[in-house]
Amino acid sequence: MTAAVKVKGAQRTGVDWFLLVLKVALISAICAGLLAFIAQQIDPGNAFARWTHDGNEANRLSGDQYKGLIVTGLSQGAMYGLIALGYSMVYGVLGFINFAHGEVFMLGAFSGFIASTQLDAAGYWEGNAFIPSVIFTVLLAVIVSTTAAVIMERVAYRPLRGSPRLIPLITSIGVSFFIQEATKLLFGPGAKGYPRPPEWFSQKYSILTFEIEGSKIIVLFVAAISMAGLWYFVERTKTGKAMRAVAEDKEIAALMGIDVNKTIVTTFAVGGAMAGVAGILWGLLFKSVIATTGFLPGIKAFTAAVVGGVGNLGGAMAGGVSLGTAEALAPLMLLEPLGVTGVTQLRDAVAFTLLILVLLVKPTGLFGERLSSEDRA
Amino acid sequence: MNDDNNSPEVDETDGADAETVEASAPAKDTAKDKGNPILEFRNINTHYGAVHILKDVNLAIYPGEMVCLLGGNASGKSTTLKTLLGMVTPTTGEVVLDGEVVNDKPTSYRVERGITMVPENRRLFKRLSVAENLQLGAYLRNDKAGIQEDLERIYSMFPRVYERLSQKAGTLSGGEQQMVAMGRALMAQPRVLLMDEPSMGLAPTLVQTNFELIEQIHQEGIAIFMVEQNANMALSLADRGWVLQTGRVVLDDTADALLANPDLRKSYLGEA
Repeated sequence: MTAAVKVKGAQRTGVDWFLLVLKVALISAICAGLLAFIAQQIDPGNAFARWTHDGNEANRLSGDQYKGLIVTGLSQGAMYGLIALGYSMVYGVLGFINFAHGEVFMLGAFSGFIASTQLDAAGYWEGNAFIPSVIFTVLLAVIVSTTAAVIMERVAYRPLRGSPRLIPLITSIGVSFFIQEATKLLFGPGAKGYPRPPEWFSQKYSILTFEIEGSKIIVLFVAAISMAGLWYFVERTKTGKAMRAVAEDKEIAALMGIDVNKTIVTTFAVGGAMAGVAGILWGLLFKSVIATTGFLPGIKAFTAAVVGGVGNLGGAMAGGVSLGTAEALAPLMLLEPLGVTGVTQLRDAVAFTLLILVLLVKPTGLFGERLSSEDRA
Repeated sequence: MNDDNNSPEVDETDGADAETVEASAPAKDTAKDKGNPILEFRNINTHYGAVHILKDVNLAIYPGEMVCLLGGNASGKSTTLKTLLGMVTPTTGEVVLDGEVVNDKPTSYRVERGITMVPENRRLFKRLSVAENLQLGAYLRNDKAGIQEDLERIYSMFPRVYERLSQKAGTLSGGEQQMVAMGRALMAQPRVLLMDEPSMGLAPTLVQTNFELIEQIHQEGIAIFMVEQNANMALSLADRGWVLQTGRVVLDDTADALLANPDLRKSYLGEA
């Protein structure tokens, strides 16, 4: 990132040319995909569509399919956003990426599996008891994830406070492996299925002409509540203000009488809580969890945090939602019209291409502020 | 700025008195009249690793007075402030607050008891609003009515600040930021206000305004401990002063006597 900034105005190196070509290629591909998509929506049998689809007509997307994709993208993105908040907050306060945050999310999903199985065995995972059970499960996951995040900070990161940033970063990768392997040891390496939810949970409901499954309504609702709660906490409460003050200048925050250590612990706790909520939502949506569940969503959420502008909470949420939506829409709106086959398998590729694109075009992220050199040091 | 041109003459007349007085004893006598000190250094030694920064430093700040600490770069001024605030723990010696040794008490403990600082270069929370900066100044206070009262007082003292409450502090001009920085410190209800290089990084016209503000705060009965490079300005306001050189207090006297001291004039006031 820094290299690209420094070189502006100076002589271009080979790397700059490569990045420029990459940027142009990516943007052209997106434009071409969009044009082809528009063409196929107007006339599925147009010459370009026939050429890219071996002489067949393209699959025109219906309005309902389109809306379905958006809903899927939003609910997936909401989860990314919730996890991304943890990355962003910790980065804001300590200036390093906590790669073990995905594991905090996984622990939330796992505790949800345990709670829901027990509740199911007792007959509380259906009928009128279902919603209270879900709330209970969410609370339990929040407690487990928060505890995990706080212990992580105390044991792994606090002793490294003040050391160069690369060291806690590498430690976080170690912590990530540790938690994954410990989970495998305790629960076995296999996938654990959440119990079957009630019928209405997978039925579709019509809201504002959108056909939405019950599970996704719950996911979107819970995510919205959590984000609103977090926003209120960070923007309006005294502790939230202290947190932002510590993120900006620890020494002066201490001068105000703020307990910096306590605030850092709070930051980990709040990030952990959000990851815990996301863990349950994941369980409800995909109905299974495995010891490595944390990895890919974790990396995606990190991507979302970068896309939104790391350190910026609104950005993390927006980044998550954009990433989820892009993942859902881009394969069918950009790649399929270009004749790429098996597009639904390419969601991960889309996510990381988006990351590369954002880093190329706006390295600070969509809502990121340019860091001053002293911030970056 | 006119003061600067006139000052040499004024100083020399003062100097005649001070030189005859010579010793630093009178300074201590006047200090004693003010009761017990709020904040004291007793034989403070501070090390960063093996590097000896402060060497047997003795200081005392009495209620309501204005004192200044002068010294060049790397003389230990910042360390003195950090030690006063508890951000650095002295290796030997005692930091005494209201008669209590507070060496191992955290910064928050001292802030709660009325010690606070306006840091060098203001160091506002730039991404937070002006209102939030002021609120954070009162972080340790729980008396809502009192906080509101103090806010009103700051608004009347700095009407410009009131106009910009919802703005991010980073978007303010240097002078406005200085006002917010002082307001933020006042929100902690200090009895001793430490000022780290208040004139640093300000336009010359603002320096004058700034010292007027300090004077105004002092008038309200708040003791001011000022660390300054601008010795002339600082000494013209202060009652007493210390000169720190490589971590040792080399001069401890009334401001008038210091202004007249030939060594000091040579090294800090740029006179041959």
